[in-house]
Amino acid sequence: MNIIVCVKQIPDPEIPPVKFKLDTESRCVVPPEGIPPVINPYDEQAVELALRLKEKHGGKITILTTGNESASGVVKHALSLGADEGIALTDKAFEGSDSFSTAYILSQAVRIIRDYDLVLCGRQAADWDESLVGAILAENLGLPLVTLAETVDVVDGELKVKRVTLDGYQVFSVSFPALVTVSHEVGQPRLPSGWGIVSASRRQIPVWDAKDIKADPAKIGFDASRRKLVKLFIPKREKKCEMIEGKTTAEASVKLAERLRQEGVI
Amino acid sequence: MAEYKGILICGEVREGKITTITRELITTGRKLSDDLNQRLSILLIGENIQEAAKEAVFFGVDVVYTVDDIPFAESPPEQYLALVSNIFQKAAPSIVLFGQADMGRDIAPRLAARLGASICMDCVELAIDPETRSLLQSKPVYGGNAVAVWASDDVQPQIVTMRPRAAAPAEPDPSREGEILPVAVKIDESVIKSILIETVKEEVKGIRLDEAKVIVAGGGGIDGKEGFELLKELAQILGGTIGITRVPCDEGWMPAGLEIGQTGHVVNPDLYVAVGISGAPQHLAGCSGSKCLVAINKNPEAHIFEEADFGIVGDYREALPPLIEKCKALKK
Ligand SMILES: Cc1cc2nc3c(=O)[nH]c(=O)nc-3n(C[C@H](O)[C@H](O)[C@H](O)COP(=O)(O)OP(=O)(O)OC[C@H]3O[C@@H](n4cnc5c(N)ncnc54)[C@H](O)[C@@H]3O)c2cc1C
Repeated sequence: MNIIVCVKQIPDPEIPPVKFKLDTESRCVVPPEGIPPVINPYDEQAVELALRLKEKHGGKITILTTGNESASGVVKHALSLGADEGIALTDKAFEGSDSFSTAYILSQAVRIIRDYDLVLCGRQAADWDESLVGAILAENLGLPLVTLAETVDVVDGELKVKRVTLDGYQVFSVSFPALVTVSHEVGQPRLPSGWGIVSASRRQIPVWDAKDIKADPAKIGFDASRRKLVKLFIPKREKKCEMIEGKTTAEASVKLAERLRQEGVI
Repeated sequence: MAEYKGILICGEVREGKITTITRELITTGRKLSDDLNQRLSILLIGENIQEAAKEAVFFGVDVVYTVDDIPFAESPPEQYLALVSNIFQKAAPSIVLFGQADMGRDIAPRLAARLGASICMDCVELAIDPETRSLLQSKPVYGGNAVAVWASDDVQPQIVTMRPRAAAPAEPDPSREGEILPVAVKIDESVIKSILIETVKEEVKGIRLDEAKVIVAGGGGIDGKEGFELLKELAQILGGTIGITRVPCDEGWMPAGLEIGQTGHVVNPDLYVAVGISGAPQHLAGCSGSKCLVAINKNPEAHIFEEADFGIVGDYREALPPLIEKCKALKK
């Protein structure tokens, strides 16, 4: 089974909130100092799912990313985990692309790769939290789509996908080729081996630009965007926490219960 | 080019009733439609929905499109998508609203791609810019660390999913009148590419998270399955239920269906007791609407105290037993 996994490089989403900084003027997030960007966690789980499928069914895993020059770092990370090949889609003209343009760029590359049975994407990117690219990519490529996958199996030549819902799950069956977006219920991704890291770091990641993927300039970059970001801000916390103290924790607890009773909450 | 006008809600009916998230969408939609002076319509799908259609009118909708020969829950996404696209052609709305729940998360992006519409997922506020008349969409980004406001003009339809609890559910007014239009839609079977084999609802014992008045939530600090027994005891005395962060879910201490946050349930109980929870924005995204938030954490620097109304610094194993005893006594 040949699998394409789309991955994105993002600022570490789990930094302490105090380290999160904005430039409100330019409406940009300031990358936190000294904390390197990471692979979007859901995309890493998509890579993990691809590796499990490869272990069972064989085939090849190709990693695709679009982003700036440093984005090939996440491709290398995926290679260090066991993916076979990777391509970075990088061009000044791609900058400022919205989800539609990003999906368009990826779909152009997927069409060139051509030989695939399954495309995997993370359910959403943990920076802008849009959860759009996978679905739009499936529409662009005319592929059946199952979102929010926890497990994926092959049964009688069809793809069987367990989709997570808020109060349970659904099971879908679709034909190949298909696109599946992956949720965190897949579980912890594996760690790279020492050898994996060394060999991935030596790899040269091919870079494809707008010309290579025959991108229509009207469909990419800032100008193609369907909406405008007019404001970006850190929400103000108006609350002030009333700390309940006591000589011992137990004493504080009793006071807390009394305080909550006073407030009418219990 | 077609003139897009009006607001269309993709509504949900469960057991013959309009769901809470749909009532919240009606509140949001009603406000927009009054501001724009345009009609508010809703699409309802499922068997036996005529009562629900009337209910929708009472809640504030002007036009109800009903499709009653398709069971909603068993409908594969392509079928629902084809249906919405069909109603979209009929109604030509400028704004389409979904709830950020199972259906909206899945269908809204596909619909945007299909219609060439603009889309914004997981919004918490919508407003009409008084000058430009464009739709301003506020949406938490970076896990909730920041809020982005997007604007899109009205030459193209705009699709939005709304986060649960972003608006109060609409209240019924039985004197309201509206149109109910049953629609027969013939779906070309060949568009259906996925087979829905089964839908499984995991039984929740006791109170549902989205209906609970009190939630006692545990995080990584609980450090194992056993610790949750204390939380359960407190929840029971307060007439509430248990919630969790991502950590107990990943560690397998508790069922994943109890997760609260950006990717789990969004709740707004009267009382939320966060025990051993650091207060990551992705978790707060699901509980910051709680009326009273109490934090118990052994780290005085924990971010949860920024968000809480009341706090105790201490080990939960020492804090909970006396709290349980005192609550018991007070409840008598
Ligand atoms: C894209 C993305 C989406 C996410 N979505 C969600 C989501 O929907 N929901 C969610 O919950 N998380 C989500 N997360 C994870 C989130 O970022 C945090 O990692 C998670 O919420 C941390 O959980 P926690 O606070 O329980 O655990 P920890 O961060 O491990 O914190 C444990 C806390 O317990 C305290 N503690 C330890 N021992 C004790 C004790 N004995 N007594 C009292 N206090 C103690 C510690 O001081 C600490 O503050 C998401 C992350 C990402 C990247």
